[in-house]
Amino acid sequence: MKNQSLKSNGRRQFIQQSAALGGAFVIGIHLPLTSQAAVGDAAKPVLANAWVQITPNNQITLICARSEMGQDVYTSLPALLAEELNLPLSMIQVQIAGVAPVYINAMLGGQITGGSTSVREAFDKLRTAGAATRMVLIQAAAQRWNVSAADCKAMNGKITHSSGKSATYGELAADAAKLPLPEKPALKSPANFMVIGKETMRRLDTPSKVAGKAVYGIDVKIPGMAIASLAQCPVIGGTPTSFDASAAMKVTGVIKVVQISDGVAVLAKDFYTARKGRDVLKITWNEGSNANLSNAVIRKSLEDGLSKKGAVIKTVGDSNAAVVNGKPLSAQYFLPYLAHSTMEPVNCSADVSNGKCRIIGPIQFQQGGQAVAAAAAGVKPEDVTIETTFLGGGFGRKLELDFIRQAAEISKAAGMPVKMLWTKEDDITHDFYRPMSIHKVDGILGANGQLASLKAKMVSQSVTARAFPGFVKDGFDPFMVEGSNNITYEIPNLEITNVITDTGLRVGYWRSVSNALNAFAIESFVDEAAKAAGKDPVAYRMAALSKHPRAKAVLELAVKKSGYVPGSKRFGVAQMECYDTYSACILELDSAAKETKVKKITFVSDCGITVHPDQARAQLTGGVIYGLSAALSNEITIEKGRVQQNNFNDYPSLRQNQVPVVEVHLVPSQEKPGGLGEVGVPLVAPALVNAIAAATGKRIRELPIKV
Amino acid sequence: MAVSFTLNGKAINFDGDPETPILWVLRDHLDVTSPKYGCGAGLCGACTVHLEGAAIRSCSAPISAAGGKAVTTLEGLTAKVGKALQDAWIEFDVPQCGYCQTGQMMSAADLLAKKKQPSSDDIKNAMSGNICRCGTYSRIEKAVKRAADKLA
Repeated sequence: MKNQSLKSNGRRQFIQQSAALGGAFVIGIHLPLTSQAAVGDAAKPVLANAWVQITPNNQITLICARSEMGQDVYTSLPALLAEELNLPLSMIQVQIAGVAPVYINAMLGGQITGGSTSVREAFDKLRTAGAATRMVLIQAAAQRWNVSAADCKAMNGKITHSSGKSATYGELAADAAKLPLPEKPALKSPANFMVIGKETMRRLDTPSKVAGKAVYGIDVKIPGMAIASLAQCPVIGGTPTSFDASAAMKVTGVIKVVQISDGVAVLAKDFYTARKGRDVLKITWNEGSNANLSNAVIRKSLEDGLSKKGAVIKTVGDSNAAVVNGKPLSAQYFLPYLAHSTMEPVNCSADVSNGKCRIIGPIQFQQGGQAVAAAAAGVKPEDVTIETTFLGGGFGRKLELDFIRQAAEISKAAGMPVKMLWTKEDDITHDFYRPMSIHKVDGILGANGQLASLKAKMVSQSVTARAFPGFVKDGFDPFMVEGSNNITYEIPNLEITNVITDTGLRVGYWRSVSNALNAFAIESFVDEAAKAAGKDPVAYRMAALSKHPRAKAVLELAVKKSGYVPGSKRFGVAQMECYDTYSACILELDSAAKETKVKKITFVSDCGITVHPDQARAQLTGGVIYGLSAALSNEITIEKGRVQQNNFNDYPSLRQNQVPVVEVHLVPSQEKPGGLGEVGVPLVAPALVNAIAAATGKRIRELPIKV
Repeated sequence: MAVSFTLNGKAINFDGDPETPILWVLRDHLDVTSPKYGCGAGLCGACTVHLEGAAIRSCSAPISAAGGKAVTTLEGLTAKVGKALQDAWIEFDVPQCGYCQTGQMMSAADLLAKKKQPSSDDIKNAMSGNICRCGTYSRIEKAVKRAADKLA
């Protein structure tokens, strides 16, 4: 299929590019400072590198290389720069980066916002950029005043000398830009932080967001553009074989109808008209190889995968050896396909003209976007610009490149700039779904009741095999082992196995990726083991966490803050390490309610040094609610190749009057920063089924919970 | 036939299809983008605006329904109410992605017009038509209360 080959070409191109770049651009500040020809214009930067721009009138800007989709990079990343420039955060402006190799995320190998990596990856890099810039500013001042740099200080946008001399960073920037940047400037000790970790830190994007002025992809306007509504095959992967646009062209206001590789787009001045035209198109589809796909067949194929050998990811001891007086325990868990369901439906704007392609939209993977847009527009990648807007939620959906390619194809075919907007229904029915997964867990309880042996086998599709095939080797997908490979329990005999089984439905990375899948299986199973051993589920976990004091500490604090009572039937517990952050979740049911109702969720994390504590709590709270919505009510099912859900009515999201109290606590820590954006998601489902098991004796091993 | 209405106090004459939802007249014809498209079916509240002072889902109401009436978006709230809401939203740093928040604030304005000092339950129920996928609900509740206090 044409569209798929386009896409894989784009991916390949990207992977080749990033492989060729290797790690050379990891520390982007090695780029020389380039003095821009802006003499006489105080508002134009005279010091400019990949990360920092300073104008003569002391306007200091951080170039933000990650996409802001709610997770606070728009504030947390400038905070890193501000810290070493000795600036209050309020003095920093933020500009979202374009696409460039220097902005590659060293933890992911592409200019990608994902994997809860933004702060982890930038923590040293942006502080180093700030410190190096501070040092050349000081040096420029010392040279200008003919004094020792050691007697000069940088604070609040000014360099001052002990003699009383003073100049703003902006006044020194042009001179500083001519000096070589120190490679390894000393960074502040956390004890001296004046920005990082402060409770008073406020989000820099809040004022524009509450004024309705923040520009999301859907708000983009290019002069002369049309709005495009795209008809796609009801079976994902299908392509149009012929179409009749006569009825659509009769709709007043329809400008054009164009075919692209995987659909037919109707262009109009407004979305209502474009969609009205789209809905009267008569299209014959080649539904492709998934036309007969059904949920039952998919599930059966995964169940069949359980008997396959798969790839052994981790082995400790010998989990096949007999255990003296051992008590075997087995269970199987199931998780459904899920959609991302961002508030802002998929959209993208493109202008393909004069051998160039301009892309503006809500994008999580800029280089991939550049590559697919180049292929779709028939231009060189360097002739594609990518402008990233605010994202109305990402959750992994906007890592995909389908919508960027489609917008470029439509603009090229129509010969005019376009904004393509999907309906919510398009978004739910044409997502890249979190894989359906089946987990078989076999354990043996030793004489003391603790797990002497554990075998966990996960069967699912591999997102990576589709998106980045080069990274899957011998059945090993590095993103499928999240939440299992890093198990924190000390179990003497352990075997973790993954079986990749393709089903045909396209799958994608979904907030917290495999952590949510594996944590559901493992944390449910550990709870079942505690029950079989006749032990309290908290004490049972604590006894196996001796090698992870941070895991014990978060669980201890969760017990204290939640009011957990051993033996009580109201509570469920779960804990894990996820993206370098240790977390524990204790969920309390409302015992007075007739139905299963969550009263309160206590979530405790040790995420290392916390750049923005208030937003760390916001992220964890939001993650918990996102995970709870999924656990309680979300599943995507397929019949005749068609996704059966469409909108918030049949793929609901928890509402204001449905959410329990979520209380988040952070354990103070000087460890390196851990991830936060996805960390709240995985533990709530196992904590919930564990609470239900404690309350009712009924063990739920399938999501969503149908009570 | 053209539809005449006021948008934030300004007279507007829309001569397109009168069945066009208010949302798309605002966004695509008048460049007022604070009301967002979320679901197109009145399920999520991201498109909430006021018609004659009462909250409506603009994705599901045709512009013909606004004929001779007053449409108000976030930008057109009275200075006092608008500022109280924005200040409260800023104080609690409510938004994450922020996409739903203009709709949330328009629902909050509607609630505060009807009830000066809403209880937690009042807020939970009145705001239950507005989905936030980032899960900012507890901060929204605090911000509505704070805005109510500011307006009292």
